[in-house]
Amino acid sequence: MKSLEDLEKKINSELTTKINSTEIKHNQIYIETDKEDIIDVAIFLKTNQDTKFRQLIDITVVDYPEQNQRFEVVYLFLSHEFNQRLIVKYSIAENEVIPSLTSIFPSANWMEREVFDMYGVSFKDHPDLRRILTDYGFEGHPLRKDFPLTGHSEVRYSEDQKKVISEPVKLEQNYRNFDYESPWEGTKYIKEEIQNNDKKN
Amino acid sequence: MTKKIKNLNLNFGPQHPAAHGVLRLILELDGEVVEKADPHIGLLHRGTEKLIENKTYMQAVPYFDRLDYVAPMNQEHAFALAVEKILKIDVPIRAQYIRVIFCEIGRILSHILNVTTQALDVGALTPSLWGFEERETLMTFYERASGSRLHANYFRAGGVHQDLPKGLEEDIAKFCETFPKIINDLESLLTDNRIFKQRNVDIGVVTKEDALDYSFSGVMIRGSGVPWDLRKSQPYDCYESLDFKIPVGKNGDCYDRYLCRIEEMKESVSIIKQCLAKMEKGPIKSLDGKISPPPKAEIKQSMEALIHHFKLFTEGYRVPKDEIYTAVEAPKGEFGVYLISDGSSKPYKCKIRAPGFSHLQSMDYLIKGHMLADVPAVLGSLDIVFGEVDR
Repeated sequence: MKSLEDLEKKINSELTTKINSTEIKHNQIYIETDKEDIIDVAIFLKTNQDTKFRQLIDITVVDYPEQNQRFEVVYLFLSHEFNQRLIVKYSIAENEVIPSLTSIFPSANWMEREVFDMYGVSFKDHPDLRRILTDYGFEGHPLRKDFPLTGHSEVRYSEDQKKVISEPVKLEQNYRNFDYESPWEGTKYIKEEIQNNDKKN
Repeated sequence: MTKKIKNLNLNFGPQHPAAHGVLRLILELDGEVVEKADPHIGLLHRGTEKLIENKTYMQAVPYFDRLDYVAPMNQEHAFALAVEKILKIDVPIRAQYIRVIFCEIGRILSHILNVTTQALDVGALTPSLWGFEERETLMTFYERASGSRLHANYFRAGGVHQDLPKGLEEDIAKFCETFPKIINDLESLLTDNRIFKQRNVDIGVVTKEDALDYSFSGVMIRGSGVPWDLRKSQPYDCYESLDFKIPVGKNGDCYDRYLCRIEEMKESVSIIKQCLAKMEKGPIKSLDGKISPPPKAEIKQSMEALIHHFKLFTEGYRVPKDEIYTAVEAPKGEFGVYLISDGSSKPYKCKIRAPGFSHLQSMDYLIKGHMLADVPAVLGSLDIVFGEVDR
């Protein structure tokens, strides 16, 4: 499809119920779908003559810990033929297992391993789901919002045991997060106080 | 009599000069033929994405230098563009030219390193000695513009940090005159060299289809005959107004990729020349005081400038809630930033799409059936830098 508007129409008419919503912004199309439909959507996008999204650029997850459906899975596609970019998203709960795209795009292999490593999201039918970026024997999923920036353990060489050992992080000073909000708008605790006073009155 | 034959498992790296960094490659060998390659990466993982989530937008820039540390400014460019698009700010034309000049310098830096070390891997020492002299000159340009040879922290949302110092433009122009001769010298050593060709021609062949399936980009996809360059197809900054060609390979082997890189360096020189000719005096960063810091002199005079300066270096600027994927043509391929902002002064999420990650992933597919001695040749032509693969 030449223009993004045509593409949006085409996707909506061909995939109908599989698409929850579409939006065009920043010269890209954003599509919301469901976990069950992602395989069909990916096959359609890759093979259809009018879309030809032949390349899977990346897979990632966004963590929203306060939401019921905690993770949002994001797929970025690129069509060389029509010079277009497309972003497919769907939300899942914490322990849900999602389908793997490795059979359609071989490059999904490491991208899914990275998502598994960083967020702890598991993939069904993935040929080789192992950790990829973190150390051998690492515990936890670093990019989750509830994982501390400093991590849980640190490694050092132990002179006594003559090997590298891992022990809990010891910090001389805790990581400090300053509140730089403008005093005119009121810092957080003042805002909360005002809100509480309003409620009382 | 039957004899049991066992395949040999070989540990290649993480400390191996031809592994181009900290790659641990576990090879399964049948005699001298590689049956399977399993790259173990992550030995240089520093949690860049996590760190960026905890820093303001301005503090996030230096992390991009440390990804592909061979061409630092190209990465900063992707991040700066992403933030600019969300903030909807325009970049002054002089800043655009400066950015393009330094991106092309970065491309030359990266390609010199790759071409010469690839030659080194297959047994030629001289090119790296000649090439590194030129890299040194280019890095002094980096230093004169930004104050640092490698970790520049120079591109900011809205422009660049400071204007070029006096005389730098002339010196870059002089370099553009002398450098093509060096490329010719390198070519005279390598292009028709019998040993170099024996080691590279028909090694690590990638077909068009596979290049697409494995998410290749940059030279890796162009070497296989796909004419795709983001500078042409999705132009950013002032690339639209420049005249340059995209070299495309034919066979998709290591040798074609080498040729593409050599040609790209020549094109980069021509791009730099055009930029220098077109560049005029003018502002080098957005004039919006809410985004780019005021000049030092003004802080002493103006209360407003002082407030802006203070706010920018404590809280940082806020970016409205949005999400965007921006990609630039880095020397190694498509380098992208998927940025989610939540209205505060820190990114909510910043996913970095590194070209080397998808390239290295295909190692098993590329090397299957080749000899052990071809591993460094293929690895060299993939152009891997572990800063960006591991992030």
